[in-house]
Amino acid sequence: MALLRVTSPHAHGPASTPRVMQKVLLATVPGIIALTHFFGFGILVNLVWACIVALACEALALALRRRPIGFYLRDCSALVTATLLAVALPPYSPWWLIAVGVACAILLAKHLYGGLGYNPFNPAMAGYVILLISFPVQMTAWAPPRGLGQLPGFMEALQACFWPPGYDGVTMATPLDLMKQNTGLLMTDLYAQTPQFGRWAGLGWEWVNIAFLAGGAWLLYQRIFTWHAPLAMLASLTLFAAIFYDGGSSASGGSPLFHLLSGATMFGAFFIVTDPVTSAVSVRGRLVYGAMIGALVYIIRVRGNYPDAVAFAVLIMNFAAPFIDNYTRPRTYGHKAGG
Amino acid sequence: MRKIFDFHGGIHPPENKHQSLQGSIRDAGIPPELVLPLSQHIGTPASPVVAVGERVLAGQLIAEAPGFVSVPLHAPTSGTVAAIEDRLIAHPSGLPAPCIVIATDGLDEWVEQRAPGTGYRELAPGDLLALIRNAGIAGMGGAGFPTAVKLATRPDSKVQTLIINGTECEPYITADDILMRERPGRIIEGVNILRHLLSPSETLIGVEDNKPQAIAALRAAAAGSSIEIVTFPTKYPSGGEKQLIEILTGRQVPSGGLPLDVGVICQNVGSVVAIQDAVLFGRPLVSRITTVTGEAVDKPGNYEVLLGTPMSYLLTQAGYQPDRAQRLIMGGPMMGFTVPDANVPIVKTSNCLLAPGLTELSAPTPAQACIRCGMCAQVCPASLLPQQMFWFAQGKEYEKLEQQNLFDCIECGACSWACPSNIPLVQYYRASKAEILQLRREHTRAEQSRLRFEARQERMEREEAARTAKRAARKQAAEQRAQAAAAGGAGDEDPIQAAIDRAKAKKAAQQAGTGGTTSEREKLEKTVLTTRARLETATAKLQQAQAEGSDLADALQLGVDKTRAKLETAEQALQALLESDSPAPVTPADPAAAAIARAQAARDAGATSSPADKARSQLEGLEQRLEKTRDRLAASRNNGDEDKIVEALESTVVRLEEKVSAAREDLKAAGDT
Ligand code: SF4
Ligand code: SF4
Repeated sequence: MALLRVTSPHAHGPASTPRVMQKVLLATVPGIIALTHFFGFGILVNLVWACIVALACEALALALRRRPIGFYLRDCSALVTATLLAVALPPYSPWWLIAVGVACAILLAKHLYGGLGYNPFNPAMAGYVILLISFPVQMTAWAPPRGLGQLPGFMEALQACFWPPGYDGVTMATPLDLMKQNTGLLMTDLYAQTPQFGRWAGLGWEWVNIAFLAGGAWLLYQRIFTWHAPLAMLASLTLFAAIFYDGGSSASGGSPLFHLLSGATMFGAFFIVTDPVTSAVSVRGRLVYGAMIGALVYIIRVRGNYPDAVAFAVLIMNFAAPFIDNYTRPRTYGHKAGG
Repeated sequence: MRKIFDFHGGIHPPENKHQSLQGSIRDAGIPPELVLPLSQHIGTPASPVVAVGERVLAGQLIAEAPGFVSVPLHAPTSGTVAAIEDRLIAHPSGLPAPCIVIATDGLDEWVEQRAPGTGYRELAPGDLLALIRNAGIAGMGGAGFPTAVKLATRPDSKVQTLIINGTECEPYITADDILMRERPGRIIEGVNILRHLLSPSETLIGVEDNKPQAIAALRAAAAGSSIEIVTFPTKYPSGGEKQLIEILTGRQVPSGGLPLDVGVICQNVGSVVAIQDAVLFGRPLVSRITTVTGEAVDKPGNYEVLLGTPMSYLLTQAGYQPDRAQRLIMGGPMMGFTVPDANVPIVKTSNCLLAPGLTELSAPTPAQACIRCGMCAQVCPASLLPQQMFWFAQGKEYEKLEQQNLFDCIECGACSWACPSNIPLVQYYRASKAEILQLRREHTRAEQSRLRFEARQERMEREEAARTAKRAARKQAAEQRAQAAAAGGAGDEDPIQAAIDRAKAKKAAQQAGTGGTTSEREKLEKTVLTTRARLETATAKLQQAQAEGSDLADALQLGVDKTRAKLETAEQALQALLESDSPAPVTPADPAAAAIARAQAARDAGATSSPADKARSQLEGLEQRLEKTRDRLAASRNNGDEDKIVEALESTVVRLEEKVSAAREDLKAAGDT
């Protein structure tokens, strides 16, 4: 029998890209459960529909690019993109909104740039921002959380997605909107007078963030990514919020805890900032990358025109990642610093 | 407790060492045939000093080291030299290389062994080094660098730390472990010899903490001495020389430098035992301990193997089941390479022979896209950015690769092991390194030929100037001669004699020339033939590799290209030699005879006629000859013939011109009288 001729190493570690992607998917489960609990079935409808569209788009793109479809579909990266976009979109969004977002993410942000690994921008966030700019009304229509109104049932959720004219849902400003619009109230009064606020941050939102934090912590424990970028982001966000939090005046911009548990903070820190493809690669690079995203999130939230800022902050830093890489190369063994 | 340091990165692959640690060291015995490659080390191959058919004894020198960075080779047992020829050897390229083949006689008769024994302390360092060099010891941990070269310190460099490497971090391999367990006393004796030679300030034996028995054995043997056994956490590749130095001293060997630059000399435990054998017992390196393991052998373990033992023989001893194996690896799973054939011999660097079962090691799976996850950078012991290097290697951006310090990659394979997308990263780096080195060589070669060209240009200008000067001088001389002739009557030289002499000289010169070039031609022809043969084998291999889709194809392609280039140069050289050998434009069959005949005819003609007639016919003849030579020169120039030929024709033309003008003078003089 002819002996196999291959080069070393002949052994391979347990890690595999599909498995990494599957673990990321698994880690979104707590967040999805929290979202569903507080905002109803709309999230699940988003999720399933987004996954279907994503697989179709991925298969189409692979076919056009003449790649083996089955092999690349199995890497699960399209499902991850779809999931991340689906949980970021408002529940009870119409089907076309989701489809456009997913198609932009997969076809434009990913495959147009050469597919997985070559995309400079995070596909989910690119899709999100395209939608936010094109359809601001639909994109800011968040349903009220459990406790502030009647949650739609499952059939209503389906109707909201696939036959939007037949659905008439209630929407309500999110805590981040309220914080931005607040002009006269002290923080304590704002929390006391507005039903959308909970114990630390927005009602429901605080638990959604804690759930995503739990998923992220599990990924960290599984060594799917390193702590550098997410912790740097959270640290710099906390730092900025603390610096400008003057004891809770109306112009304070919200406490550090409010920012940590609001909007897409935890989701962004553990599921978006950690996207390896579009972040910086070295340890120092990831620290810089995460910290700058944290700073941008705070600045855009408090000073910018959009209520939440994670998507914008991430896209801006996606731009900067190659430069960060260039200036944060680790010192090679046996070289002087800077070599 | 000594402070130990950590190095960046590293991985924890399954160790799989217990399989081969079941028993103690077993003797593999004497195979019927030993195949000893002349190059089992880094450096110049050894050159044979025995002839085919000669009987050799165990320990007898059979090939000597022709240079400083080289080691000699000894017969591992007694027998007869059966052949000195190219055989397949265990080398990543899979190409055959020159070997001495010994048909063993089973008597194992030794040459008389002379050794200083414990008297080595009286020896000068140089003599002790010579002893080590003459024993044929090359690094036994894997690389095979000549040990004596490594130990030859400059007088001004102080060895602060002598490090003995007993780390053996690669999975499956236990050859050093078992050596430390069973022969700790010999290791310590060897270390003492090195301490005497190098007088280091401290001596450390580094062992990973997964070898408690070895550690205990060494500690017991070293009790009472200042040799320190240092243990540290198991992590691949802590046995890499640079990594081990960092672990034990916290110092990093500068890029492109030697351990000695940070005051360290590193030796593997196997080499230390070989040194001890050589110095105390006069026993050259003729055997080594090799781990034979993997699911495809029934009796995994460590074997004391004679160098040159065919792997197949060793595998049989270990109960090899070919139907269970899919590849044979020389070395471990991380850095070993597959061998083309089970008959390749065990050499000085063969620390392990791994015969994995069909599913034991991951089959090469197709690579997925790099997701830039950075796992590779996290585990790289050289603190490189493997994913960036992969990116540049794909794009063949060699400059950027060198900026990324590609050449500091130790090819440990940690990055490939960790990569979730299964990208064969190391393979890219190896190929890129080979290509960059090739480009560098080509660049140097181009630079050299540019210099050569310029030098030649200059020389030709100089020669041209010299020729012009000579021509002028000759012309003057001719004029003077003509004047003299005009004054003193006809020249008294005998044209026949002159022509004969000239022709004879020419013939002699030519014969000498041909004689000289024939041997060169033979040499060239031989080169062409052998190179062509080599090209054919290499091409066949390449095709096979391509057909199998083996990833060695790149390396082989490189080899084929190189061989082809060599063949072309050799062919061209031969062609050129043949052309210059047959000076087509000049010679009739026998130039001397023809010249004599011509000259005689001329004289006969001249003898019967008046001086004026004689002068006229001479002039005509000369003019004809001049005409012919000029034509030939023009043709020669057009053809772009060799310089030598053109130059010869040029000088003939000049000579004829002078003669013609002299003849004109003669004629004038004759006419006048
Ligand atoms: S480990 Fe593999 S997939 Fe990850 S960055 Fe390195 S090369 Fe890319
Ligand atoms: S093979 Fe080279 S690049 Fe890869 S981990 Fe080892 S030293 Fe680093």
